[in-house]
Amino acid sequence: MSARFVAPILMGLAMLGLWEAIVRSAAIPPYILPGPILVAKTLVTDWSTLWPALVVTMQITLEALLAAVVVGVLLAVLFSLSRWVELSLFPYAIILQVTPIVAIAPLIIAWVDDVHVSLLICAWLVAFFPILSNTVLGLRSVDRNLLDLFGLYGAGRWRTLVDLRLPAALPYFLGGLRISGGLALIGAVVAEFVAGSGGRESGLAWRILESGYQLKIPRMFAALVLISLAGIAIYLLLSLLSHLLLRRWHESAMAGE
Amino acid sequence: MRLLAVRDVSKVFANGVKALEDASLEIEAGEFLSVLGPSGCGKSTLLRLIAGLETPSAGSIEWQQGRPDLGFVFQEPTLMPWTTALGNVALPLKLAGMARSEREARAAEALGHVGLAGFERSYPRELSGGMKMRVSIARALVTAPKLLLMDEPFAALDEITRRRLNTDLLELWQRTRFTAVFVTHSVFESVFLSQRIAVMSPRPGRVLSEIAIPAAYPRAESFGTSAEYAALCRTTSARLAEAMAAA
Repeated sequence: MSARFVAPILMGLAMLGLWEAIVRSAAIPPYILPGPILVAKTLVTDWSTLWPALVVTMQITLEALLAAVVVGVLLAVLFSLSRWVELSLFPYAIILQVTPIVAIAPLIIAWVDDVHVSLLICAWLVAFFPILSNTVLGLRSVDRNLLDLFGLYGAGRWRTLVDLRLPAALPYFLGGLRISGGLALIGAVVAEFVAGSGGRESGLAWRILESGYQLKIPRMFAALVLISLAGIAIYLLLSLLSHLLLRRWHESAMAGE
Repeated sequence: MRLLAVRDVSKVFANGVKALEDASLEIEAGEFLSVLGPSGCGKSTLLRLIAGLETPSAGSIEWQQGRPDLGFVFQEPTLMPWTTALGNVALPLKLAGMARSEREARAAEALGHVGLAGFERSYPRELSGGMKMRVSIARALVTAPKLLLMDEPFAALDEITRRRLNTDLLELWQRTRFTAVFVTHSVFESVFLSQRIAVMSPRPGRVLSEIAIPAAYPRAESFGTSAEYAALCRTTSARLAEAMAAA
């Protein structure tokens, strides 16, 4: 095992040890700051409430990410095909991106009856922009000479899109996807916070709020740990996907060789 | 038989740069013609006009029998990095709508002609600069074009690789006798390859003079060290200097 793995793991263990030692030696009560061992225990004992909450949050996250991919890529392709569509729509995409989701989430939740759908819209709003802007960049970053070559052999717009622009944009799209994966999770959690009670489906954010009200701080920490782990898992999965798709040809996937 | 005539062609780009002014040139079917000139003299523009990638601002390009199938080799290999050598060479056939099995068979054959049999499944990043250029040439020749346009294709390669590619290119040309138009800024390269050299002036480019290179083919690598070659290079250099002084 290389230092790349050993160093951060040792560092993490040391910090956890320090945390546990401080909590014990200063006798800090668990409702102020629980030690990592207590958090781990809570994760196990409260698994029956935390697991369904994780499933709910992950479901919203993944659905939002999927919607972000579909809408982001479709819009990007549309932009690349028509300058007019791009000029008229892109500013609004930027406005959507720069408006803080906490500020518009209450509106969306008020307008949309179905809580699940409103959460999905919020998470999607946060997640779709990196995919859109990266894919637009990628579709435009095509070798001029290759475009000429396609023209020389009489390739139409559609063929040029499928055989040249889309493959050229793939690395850019995957870069955007990695950012959007994390953002979709953040969007889902923020929206759950704003929505408060999720009714029959309560996600991790709601479990955090609820634990706060009930002073069940160890459970709050356990939920937090789950959100972090979910975020890391999404990032690793998308990185793996990116590596698998690009390893034969793209520089970014060859760093290790 | 004449293939095409470039008549008094001028090209002014949108940014005001005048690349060509009253350039005229006739190209015979089956000949190997080099276009020789200093950097930025509009050689590439002339090639792009012939290919139909640009339209002339003034003047015309007259084809004896319409624009034939043509191949184009850029200064860079210009390969698609996401597909194999085979996929790259098969591209023109794919765009022409040929079925997969047939186009792959033809592409493999074209790769064999440029000395890359066995590299069908290699990705461009796994190939050297010279090999990438060979793939690029195979791609240009896979449609069996009547006219092959080359824009300083070997300029970025090392001397040894360039010599190999020059002799291999001549061999391909002698085998199939496409019309070759080869843009270069090297006197030595143009003398080695061509039957005729068109010398261009600095920008805005015009064709200043035409030099015939009467040496016989086949020209093997040893031709490059012969006294005949040295003499031809000397006279061509002198003609080039004359033309530049008069311009």
